[in-house]
Amino acid sequence: MYAALWRLMPGPLWLRVVLMVALFAAILAGLVLVVFPWLNTFVNVNDVTVNQ
Amino acid sequence: MTEERSRRKTGARTAPARVSAIGVIGVIGELFITAGVLVFLFLGWQLWLNDLVVGADQNRVGVALARNWDAGTPTHAHVTPAVAPDYGPPAVAEPPKNAVKFAVMYVPRFGSDYARSISEGVGTTDVLDKNGIGHYPGTQMPGAVGNFAVAAHRTTHGAPFKQLATLTVGDKIYVQTQDGYYTYDFRGLEYVRPTAVDVLDPVPRAPGATPTERVLTMTSCNPMFSAAERIIAYSVLESWQPTSAGPPPAILATVSAKG
Repeated sequence: MYAALWRLMPGPLWLRVVLMVALFAAILAGLVLVVFPWLNTFVNVNDVTVNQ
Repeated sequence: MTEERSRRKTGARTAPARVSAIGVIGVIGELFITAGVLVFLFLGWQLWLNDLVVGADQNRVGVALARNWDAGTPTHAHVTPAVAPDYGPPAVAEPPKNAVKFAVMYVPRFGSDYARSISEGVGTTDVLDKNGIGHYPGTQMPGAVGNFAVAAHRTTHGAPFKQLATLTVGDKIYVQTQDGYYTYDFRGLEYVRPTAVDVLDPVPRAPGATPTERVLTMTSCNPMFSAAERIIAYSVLESWQPTSAGPPPAILATVSAKG
């Protein structure tokens, strides 16, 4: 999978490295800014109030 | 490499099938590893990174709120008189509408930059997840005789009460409202079942008793990362001073921090 991704990258070695790093940074940003906050609304293991 | 070459020599028919089978297993393996990394990334984000970001945000909101109230009052070179002046009985405000921020809590034990807003209501999505500390509707307001009860997360969403268990007897908890500063003196912790609503009574855990003291009750989850029990922290009002008197010396630096 990752090998195929690497082969898909165009250009010389340095460009491939730059593109791969940029791609993973973009995915990480998407996770932290969009996916994780959304996922967090479903995770509620910490009820903090007392009620009956 | 040598393995591949020998495979090519021995049987050209079976080689592609075996190679693609290895390829499929490889991709599945990579997917599993990726899933594992994603789970750890999420946990790291939820339990550490997001707490730092949201916590800092909540402190900024708290300081900005406080600035709004004590604009114009001197917040520097405060001289403490030898005899504490008597400002009379504490001012007690009317409870605001749900999710409205009406107070700021300072706890030096939780850090010198700790300034978290207190909102009306204890709804999970509208108050606790978003604003931080929430005030139990129906319990008393700061400074009133009875019980000023609040709740907040101990983990995730900025975790305002992360260090609740580190409070020691005599620690000061400062609550600021539009009217002034209320200094509470920490008395002790209690661990109860999630259904123990009597901790919210005017005299905590004494239903029907007539209150004479002004109590602050903080509730959160216990143990950390669980909702099996509740941790309760009790404090008693020690003193009160109006906004015009300026903040108590212990929180002067926090209040005058750049918001």
